[in-house]
Amino acid sequence: MKFGVAVFPGSNCDADCLYAIRDVLGRPAEYVWHREPKLKGFDALILPGGFSYGDYLRCGAIARFSPIMDEIISFAERGGLLLGICNGFQILTEAGLLPGALLRNRSLKFICETVTMQVSNADTAFTRLYGQDELIRLPIAHGEGNYFCDDATLKDLTDNKQIVFTYCDEAGAVTDAANPNGARLNIAGICNKRGNVLGMMPHPERASEALLGNEDGYRIFASMLQTLKEVGA
Amino acid sequence: MIKARIYVTLKPGVLDPQGDAVRKSAHVLGYRQVEDIRIGKFIELNWEGDDPAAALEHIAKLSDQLLANPVIEDYRVELVEGA
Repeated sequence: MKFGVAVFPGSNCDADCLYAIRDVLGRPAEYVWHREPKLKGFDALILPGGFSYGDYLRCGAIARFSPIMDEIISFAERGGLLLGICNGFQILTEAGLLPGALLRNRSLKFICETVTMQVSNADTAFTRLYGQDELIRLPIAHGEGNYFCDDATLKDLTDNKQIVFTYCDEAGAVTDAANPNGARLNIAGICNKRGNVLGMMPHPERASEALLGNEDGYRIFASMLQTLKEVGA
Repeated sequence: MIKARIYVTLKPGVLDPQGDAVRKSAHVLGYRQVEDIRIGKFIELNWEGDDPAAALEHIAKLSDQLLANPVIEDYRVELVEGA
């Protein structure tokens, strides 16, 4: 059961993701350089955070056309588990694997802090080990995390339970004050209709073990592992 | 060679905090008449070839794929006459 962590020029959370899988989750993981023409033997893939191609043009716009992306898109189309974190989420929307786009934070500021969110759908391959509506805290670190989509898409996301994480206050209320970046409906993470592709702005890999002071993110990787075990990967 | 200019603008309804901040700054400078500012991108591109219709078609396709994100942006391609 092997995890792959894609590495683009400018990725900077790749080592953290690899560490979370190998050292914390205790499963094999390997880097996949963006120029690789083929993906081989991976059961799950992670697109890590960072600033691929210096965020030139738009965040994720250039990485989306890296040679490895065709393989990653086919992997997702075959139902493979694909997790995009932060810049990885931006790449997934640019690639059309997830709807919408990530805009500049409404404050115009780069935000680096730990925020509270609700697990809005605990019935996914990535969140099954959380409770429905459980409150967790995860670090965010982005300048472009303001999730945007049109009204029709937003209705689709809601109707199909594709909103997986929602920013909220410590009491669980989804308020504008608890929305760090201006995202529509306080969206912090969404999945595709099929449920095998998740994009999220918060960084679970930075909050995966008690030693780091927060392990709220660990169960995302553990959920993926359990899903893979059940399908016999 | 054909020269093209591509104007990429945010779709109406897409928040532009940068434009808003610049508008406020214009007000501080006393330009109270500035009602709204939207900031986009301007791209200059040189195209090898001499068939303007074909160039326009390909550059529009390139804009859809890469230069603009159709989810949030509109674009307009202009070929520069006599370049």
